[in-house]
Parts: sequence; structure tokens; C-alpha cells
Amino acid sequence: MISQTLAPASTAEIMITAIAPMLEGLGHVAVGSQSPIPGSAALLAQARSNGQMRVSILGSRDQNPFTDGGRELFDCAGQGRIDAFFLSGGQIDGAANINLVGTGDIATYPQHKQRFPGSFGSAYLYFVVPRVILFREEHTRRTLVETVDFISAPGTSAPEVYRPGGPYALVTSRCVFGFDKQRARFTLQSLHPGVTVAEIVASTGFGFDQPAHVPETPAPDTAILGLLRGEIARSVADTYPEFARKTWGKV
Amino acid sequence: MLTSSPAVVSVAALAARIKQGAKIVLPPDYSGCAMTVVAELMRRPVRDLHLVGAPVIGFQADQLIGAGCVARVEAAAITLGEHGLAPRFTAALKSGEIEMWDATCPAIHAGLQASEKGVPFMPMRGLIGSDLLRVRPDWKVIDNPLAENGTRDPIAIIPAIKPDVALFHAAKADRHGNVWIGIRRELMLMAHASKTTLVTVEEIVEDNLLHDPALAAGTIPSLYISGIAVVTKGAAPIGLADCYGADNAALAAYARAARTVDGFRSWLARHLDREIVTA
Repeated sequence: MISQTLAPASTAEIMITAIAPMLEGLGHVAVGSQSPIPGSAALLAQARSNGQMRVSILGSRDQNPFTDGGRELFDCAGQGRIDAFFLSGGQIDGAANINLVGTGDIATYPQHKQRFPGSFGSAYLYFVVPRVILFREEHTRRTLVETVDFISAPGTSAPEVYRPGGPYALVTSRCVFGFDKQRARFTLQSLHPGVTVAEIVASTGFGFDQPAHVPETPAPDTAILGLLRGEIARSVADTYPEFARKTWGKV
Repeated sequence: MLTSSPAVVSVAALAARIKQGAKIVLPPDYSGCAMTVVAELMRRPVRDLHLVGAPVIGFQADQLIGAGCVARVEAAAITLGEHGLAPRFTAALKSGEIEMWDATCPAIHAGLQASEKGVPFMPMRGLIGSDLLRVRPDWKVIDNPLAENGTRDPIAIIPAIKPDVALFHAAKADRHGNVWIGIRRELMLMAHASKTTLVTVEEIVEDNLLHDPALAAGTIPSLYISGIAVVTKGAAPIGLADCYGADNAALAAYARAARTVDGFRSWLARHLDREIVTA
């Protein structure tokens, strides 16, 4: 039973709760490696979909349907069989370009100031998955920059480029931005509880649009918190034991 | 009928088939890494390897780079996963000691698939507008020659990746040299694409793996296998799915030690000593 003294939602739980509604009504949501917050959000959306949503989590035992090796996720996405995916970036800029390679002048590649692991599947999935949700916990001018130093995957493309997919939103530890593909620009969509617009402006390296009134990101209600801390936590622990332990303690 | 496969050799003999300057494709940490062969390569040490991660690569690459075995890395990412960035890789890039061919996962798959099919390249969506195209002059963008009249459809093409060697560890082989990889079918792709495939296995089983339909679909036929060595816990400390887990204390100790050149050197000396004792 859900107790009266439920602890308030953590930042991770706010981010999970903010992402889940973006997946509502979708048939197939896929989650890459090292993405525990998106993975939790996908499982939450699935739990609320009356069995209508398929969730595929790379690296998971129970949630990974693929049987044809590393290539299958990409082939599946290329055919349009995946509706949503998640990407992050060492740097993300105001046009939703993402950098997973490294910082510093590209002329000195590969001698970066700071090297990141690499682009993974981003330079492909960003193009072919219709709804790509960007996530990055660290919301600072270091991570959210005016222009990325290296474009692993561009936010938008010229009209002749085959591109059924692209960025949909950016979720950080402080707020949610929506992305307008026509204008190649983010709009501040909601502020996590306790965060001000001034703080977002101060901690964001790129320019963005803001409506006259910016609503608060809805905090999870007791039903959602119950789901997250029970069923979802147990399921997430299968793939992300360390994250589950940190976020929810022993599950 | 073969009673025992001529291909079953010692780890040292297997490693000896990997020559200086070889292009060698290695699996990600989750897929079965032949760690004892990697240790042999560092002991020699082999030089100027071109590593291809299929499609990402972890501890094997960091160790080989630290030991001075590597000239070039081609991969979609180099990471120690939850143990953080790959420190020897990062340091070697900074010092200019190694060349980097950054990729994206499906481009590695596409290049290996081209090799598997014996064709010069594979077309691939995405990529256009990515700086990967700037640092990979071997990747080209062409106009789709089959596009409907009057429409322009630029598309990237990825040249075949033709490794000299595929190297990995698997649960079992049979006496005929067939190797069971189960669901880890990127290992099948690596074997199909490479001139030589060298494998360490936990055990050699009596029955022909291809005679059991439940196992045959997950089996690489001996046609592609060039050499096998038997090594119990051959993927340790990384782990082998369904056989044994990762030794996270050992992996964390490596990640810590490898932060400095001296730390790596003393890790390597201890590691190679231990390998001799247990070999």
C-alpha cells in the first residue's frame, strides 16, 4: 500500500515522470545502453499503456527482443519499426546538434580537449526514429552550449536529406525544452519544481524561446510514485542495478 | 571424419597468428572477449594493430593501447561502461600516439556486412551533416541512382571493412571446429567478414553442434573458423553471458590503475605474471 508519508519525488523521478507522457500512444519505444532514466520512463509509459506499448531495452534480459546481433536495432529503426529513442550528448546545442566525440577545435581532431566515448548509433538513429528525446542530467553551460564542437548527429537536415526522424524534446535535471524542427530552436516548456526561468537562462549556453508563463513540470502523484518505487524499480534493476539501488534503495 | 579438430591449439599458438599491423575486429565487452589472447599479444608485444570495434569496444582496446600494441582504432565508441572512460585510449589520442577512425554503430555493421557479401560498399541512411563525414574521408555521399525521376536523394556509402582477424571468446566448440555463439550474432558477422577467425572457448563438446537444430542456428560453422584454443573462464574478468558474471572489483581496479602510465605498467606486469601462473 502507498503510505501517507511517501518521500517527495527525487530529480530522477521528476525526469522519468516528465518523459513518460511524451511516449503515450506509441507502439514501440527503444532504449539504448547506459540510459537508466529513459529506460525507467519507457517502462512507466508501458505500465500505463494497457499493454499497447512494446519497450525494447538494449542490455536487458527480459526487455530485449532482438535475436540478430547488434545490427538488428538499427535495421529495425531504418524500417520505421521504432517510434521513439533517446540520445544524450557530452554537448548539446541550441539547434539540437549533439556531440558525443569530444571538445575543442575540430581542426585538431582527434586531439580533443576532452574526449567523450564516441557517437554510438546517434548519427543514424537521430535521422530515422520519428521521436528522439534528448536527455542530459547535467544542465550547465558546459553541456548545453551555443554550438557543439563536433556534430555527431545534426538536429535538423536540408530538405533533400531523407529524415523521417529527429529531436522532439530535451529533458534535463532542471527543465523540459520542446524542439521546433522548422525553426531549429528549443522552447522552454516546463520548469521542474523549485526552478526559476532566471536559473535556466543562467545555466543554458544557447538561446531559446519562452512563453509568457512557463508551467511547472508535473511532479509524480502518489499512484505514479507507487508504480515507480515498486514495479518499475524492480524491472529497471534487471538492466541497471546500480541506478536502481541509488534511486530507490534495495528493490 | 575428423576425430579431433586440427584447429585446436594453445593460446600462445593462437596469438602467434596475429601479426604486426593486422586489422583485427573485436566484440564489445558484453559479447565475449578472448582476454587470454589479448594478454599474449601484450606480452609479445605485437605492434601497429588496427582495432575495429564491432561496433563499440572496451577493456580489450584500452589494454592493448596501453601496452603499445595499437596504431589505429576504428569504432563507434570506446568506453569501460560503468567503469568510466577508457583512460589509456584517451591518453593515447591526446599524445597523438594512435590514429582514430570515429564511426557510428550501423556504419561498422554496414562495413562488415559489405565484406560478408563480397561487395565494395553498403549504402546507409543518416550521417549527412554529421562531422563524422569530415573525419572519415573514406565514407562518401552519392546520389541514389535508383531515386525517382527528378528527385535528389543523397545517401552515404560505407566501404567494406575486411579484417585480417576476428578474435573472440565463446562458450563452446565441437570437435569439428564449429563454434556456438547463441544469440550473440555480431560474432557471426565478424567471422563472416574476416579472413581469419580465432576463438577461445570454455569447452569442446563431443556432439556435432550442427546436428542439433536448437544449437545449429546459433553456431558458426567451421568453414569460417581458423583456430580454437580451450580456456576456462577465458572472458574473465569481463564475464560471459549465461556462464559467469563480470568481476567488477577486478575491472574497477584496472580502471583505477590505468589512469596513469605507471599505474598501467604495474597492472600489466602483475597481470602477465598471473597469466603465466594460470596458463
